[in-house]
Amino acid sequence: MGAIIDISRGVRAGVQSAEGAVRAALDRVHKANHSLNALLACDADRALERARALDAARVAGHDPGPLAGVPLALKDNICTPFGITTCGSRILGTFASQYAAHVVERLEFAGAVIIGKTNLDEFAMGSSTENSAFSPTRNPWDLARVAGGSSGGSCAAVAARLVPGALGSDTGGSIRQPASFCGVTGLKPTYGRVSRFGLVAFGSSLDQIGPIAEDAGDVALLLKVIAGHDARDSTSVDVPVPDYLAALDRPLAGLRVGVSEEYFGEGLDSEVRRAVEVAIAELERGGAVVVPVHLPHMKYAIACYYIVATAEASSNLARFDGVHYGHRTENPRDFMDVYAASRGEAFGPEVKRRIMLGTYVLSSGYYDAYYLKALKVRTLIRRDFERAFEQVDVIASPVAPSPAFLVGEKAVDPLAMYLSDVYSVSANLAGIPAVSLPCGFTAAGLPIGMQLMGRMMDEGTLLAAAHQYQLRTDHHRQRPPAFAEL
Amino acid sequence: MAANLDAAAVRHVAHLARLNISDAEVALYAEQLSRVLGYMEQLGELATDGIAPTAHPLPVVNVFRDDVPVEPWDPQRALQNAPQRQGAFFRVPKVLDQDSA
Repeated sequence: MGAIIDISRGVRAGVQSAEGAVRAALDRVHKANHSLNALLACDADRALERARALDAARVAGHDPGPLAGVPLALKDNICTPFGITTCGSRILGTFASQYAAHVVERLEFAGAVIIGKTNLDEFAMGSSTENSAFSPTRNPWDLARVAGGSSGGSCAAVAARLVPGALGSDTGGSIRQPASFCGVTGLKPTYGRVSRFGLVAFGSSLDQIGPIAEDAGDVALLLKVIAGHDARDSTSVDVPVPDYLAALDRPLAGLRVGVSEEYFGEGLDSEVRRAVEVAIAELERGGAVVVPVHLPHMKYAIACYYIVATAEASSNLARFDGVHYGHRTENPRDFMDVYAASRGEAFGPEVKRRIMLGTYVLSSGYYDAYYLKALKVRTLIRRDFERAFEQVDVIASPVAPSPAFLVGEKAVDPLAMYLSDVYSVSANLAGIPAVSLPCGFTAAGLPIGMQLMGRMMDEGTLLAAAHQYQLRTDHHRQRPPAFAEL
Repeated sequence: MAANLDAAAVRHVAHLARLNISDAEVALYAEQLSRVLGYMEQLGELATDGIAPTAHPLPVVNVFRDDVPVEPWDPQRALQNAPQRQGAFFRVPKVLDQDSA
């Protein structure tokens, strides 16, 4: 049983207090966050007040909900009506959201206690959390290494057990890749499964909010709470939310697991390859059937993704204009300078790079050659998956081509950083759900992740497969040695 | 496709994006963006005539909601994050020149 289910059961049954659970999390944050920089902000007073209210409600005979007293941390691009929501950017360094994201309302209604906000690459643009304006997050398994990104703070916080669960966002792998680097379980739901209302937009046709926790059972519980229709996000799908927890018992027997050679080609680290192959063999031992599938357009996914994502980003980030909120330059020459100087001063290098790339591929003369071409290739990638899922129920692959790299290792080479997303971006382009789960360690003790991708809206099958795998293995129960005693 | 961005092209793109960048940034981005765009040119290998573009992973169009009035925000709440304000308004520099006014 994961820590989230454990706490909520205890609090609902009255054998544990919400205040105790929240105090314990705050204590761990106090002891360990300085070495990780996983949380950017922590609102202890509000969290404790909420926890005491939940305890009082329970004593008065009210059920505090399925996440009763569970301390959680949210990626800092999810708007909270308390504290500040920075997106890891100086342009929003003092931004206090006037409203709560849909997922915040859902979590609090279910009895969760949000204790703080987690670090990220600025506006979720990056694969290492090094692009945060507020310093990188460190990997709990090796502080010299990155936590991955862009949800690096959320994954590091869960890996070090500062909190039992967290939310991240995933535009091209930003939940799954840091989950794999940190040895935790993270899910990118189907596009439209979780409302994006209150998530600061990066790539609007790609972004999804998703849960991160110790195991698939806890992820299933968090997903059940945050999934579902919300009229405030017009891309939110009005499809009933299944009982993901009840579905976890589905056995592996007969599950058709697709394996595509395109995910095991050149550039894949040999230790990662071996661990994922062993994990697939374990699924087979559990009764799953491995079926080769072919995804011929995989090799074009990075080029396609970085055109679509930057185009959407350049459009979305036009809203940061120094007028209604955010940083404004001190002494603008004129109105135009309010825009250009405010943005030039407060955006970091990767955000500027992506705004310019996106502006270029959308600009007159280049739109057809880059942007429209990428949208057509996106169709080909989507069709590859549609065909594959006629033959299989899930597709298994590595999450990332390597384990966590060193802080600074790829920071000077944007293209090398982009290529590290090679196995994760396709799920976003196709809109399908995908989960990252721990499947082993390198000789140096770094976690390795396996990715399972599924059909649209079929998170249930993914989570059941992940859970059945986790019943047979204990990689997800390992804790980073430096944080084991917290 | 023209993957080699020179300094003038970078300045033009930065202007379109309303983004002030320094001379050092112009040189850096010219090199980096050219490399990334060069990588993207591999999409040209694929024949895509007759392939419909996918702008969005869901087949939904024109999502409507009921037109129900809700409580508007108090102006002070809306102005809470304004860099500059005056009364119930966002304050900005003059938009029009004296000549064009």
